[in-house]
Amino acid sequence: MSLVFKPEETFRGDYTYRNSDAAILRFPFPFPEDRYMYSVNIEPHVRSGPTDAFCRPFDIDEHYIAECRDRALTLEQDPGRCQVLPHMMTAQWDTLELLMENMAADYPEQFSLTKEGDVFGSRWTWINRPLGIEQQFIFGDPDTLPCEPFEYITRQAQGDFAICDQREDNLYLDAGMITSQADWSLEFNVGMNFMEWHGPVPLAHQAGVFERALKYLLMLRLGQPVRRLNWTMSINPRLDTSPESYPAWGPDRASVTVENAGGKVHLRVELQTLWRLPRSNAILFPIRCFLISIEELARVPKWGKRLHRVLSSLPPELAEYKGLTRYLPATLAWLAPLDDGAELATGTGPDITELAPV
Amino acid sequence: MIGETLELTVVAVDDIAPSLRHVRLAAADGGQLPPAAAGANIQLRLQGEARTWRNAYSLISQPGRRDEYEIIVRRVPESRGGSAFVHEVLKPGDRLVASWPGNLFAPQRTARHHLMIAGGIGITPFLSYVADFAHNGTSHALHVCCRESETGTFAPWLQACGDLNYYWDADGHRLDIPALLAQQPAGTHLYVCGPAALNDEVIQAAADAGWPASHVHCEHFGAALSGGTPFTAFLSRSGIEVEVGESESLLEAIERIGATAPCLCRGGACGVCVTGVLEGEPEHRDHYLGAAEREGGQLIMPCVSRARSARLVLDL
Repeated sequence: MSLVFKPEETFRGDYTYRNSDAAILRFPFPFPEDRYMYSVNIEPHVRSGPTDAFCRPFDIDEHYIAECRDRALTLEQDPGRCQVLPHMMTAQWDTLELLMENMAADYPEQFSLTKEGDVFGSRWTWINRPLGIEQQFIFGDPDTLPCEPFEYITRQAQGDFAICDQREDNLYLDAGMITSQADWSLEFNVGMNFMEWHGPVPLAHQAGVFERALKYLLMLRLGQPVRRLNWTMSINPRLDTSPESYPAWGPDRASVTVENAGGKVHLRVELQTLWRLPRSNAILFPIRCFLISIEELARVPKWGKRLHRVLSSLPPELAEYKGLTRYLPATLAWLAPLDDGAELATGTGPDITELAPV
Repeated sequence: MIGETLELTVVAVDDIAPSLRHVRLAAADGGQLPPAAAGANIQLRLQGEARTWRNAYSLISQPGRRDEYEIIVRRVPESRGGSAFVHEVLKPGDRLVASWPGNLFAPQRTARHHLMIAGGIGITPFLSYVADFAHNGTSHALHVCCRESETGTFAPWLQACGDLNYYWDADGHRLDIPALLAQQPAGTHLYVCGPAALNDEVIQAAADAGWPASHVHCEHFGAALSGGTPFTAFLSRSGIEVEVGESESLLEAIERIGATAPCLCRGGACGVCVTGVLEGEPEHRDHYLGAAEREGGQLIMPCVSRARSARLVLDL
């Protein structure tokens, strides 16, 4: 896949982020049916899926350079967005190896990794052409990198990353690079176990979703990563919607009108994957965030209609938990004229290969 | 790094003791193997003339090594055939199918000190632990119970061990488990791997001394655990009946007739193969089901457990 980056686009201030036609068509739309409810919607993370966004272990798209810059800005203002507990060093190297190997294999024009050996103590050379980086280092020796290995590699990847340590038949959120989160705080959650960090989620606990999901994840196998989609909505294409920066984005929720909803309201989809790490036995949890305005999304007719139906039938507890309550009526009013009520095919694919010109 | 099975070639076999065979394995295509952690195992498919065995072995290679995997296989006198196959038939150049590495016995990264107690061949997972701890500079001690004549057998893998102690069955040389446990600093994690009697004794001693269960870890192994009186199993969903022989496990019988059953450790520890029982009385031999689940009689781990009744009807 040829990648044409858009290095100047922004996720704050003037919000110049936009999706190309190709980016719209590859969007990981999350709703296979007209109604939405929580489920343990986990499937193998294989090299195929309803759109191109699913097809590589670690997806990189036209927003790569701009997202890496936005992450750097967030970290400059709040270094606490990257935290790693001391017992996670082996998992840090696992993450660096997994990301470098996959990025170099899937995007050879952009990245390359040269190794003089595989075990700790070997000399490796990493080249990241889009960001203009060439780094020689000793695999296993953190002093040979400009920062610790987890921060080093996740500054060069799209999406947030958490690492869960596995012990006492539970998972502990013991490391994270979290700069594009849907309103949760790493500072607050770091060190929590699986049940603790899912504590605030409504409805799903009663359904036993988390017990089943935890039991499943504890048995996650090396070489067999899994994925699921999660979603919420954001006003403006803003990656950093954290509790820490709430004053910068929370008030925007009050700015939505029926007239401006199409460009302001964004569907925010997380392609979450889970990977057993080989040396540490920890689980890597990449959370790859995709943003699309509902105006862009509705250029795929099936998606615009389906989003209208899902939002119309969303349980109020979920709308409240996801922070949609205030601007949901304006969003629905914007989407309603696009929905002719025709029956839609199940599944999440766009069911078209080209977009009609705007 | 995505995949389920590995094609391996036997690089070398080497008898390091009369009943112990060291086997080195490489990727059949000459490529790299997936890295593996301390405590990891692989499941080998051993294709004999008349039957196939699927046995899990601890990887003793240096953690993270990707050019070779190493295992040590003890020849079990009452072997159901897998270990005899490795000792008598397997030779350099042979090809094997293996699972990707799994890990049901990973070290606890939050521990301030790692205390390892091994019995006999139960030392194998600790060989990779020691390499890991030595590289990371983590505080550790290994206590090995074995025959006096075997104390040098594993020396090549233990050169980096910071605190190595041997015990054998003679006055003045036996391991005093309660005394050892009493000396440990706070924050110690205890690991035991050996015959069931040793495992049970260590776990009991730790409980008696007030150790929290979350700091006590055990890997069970045991050959011939899954054999016993023959019985009949009926797979209700597929409508197939299978005779389970005295030297094969219920899981192996199910696999023999071509039914696919999810499994991982094949030793009754991981819980992956748990199966519903619709009729008949299971004889539980696993380490996974809780007391209430055992008494309920609705679940069975077919990798090790069998039947008290002549027939079991399974939800499979």
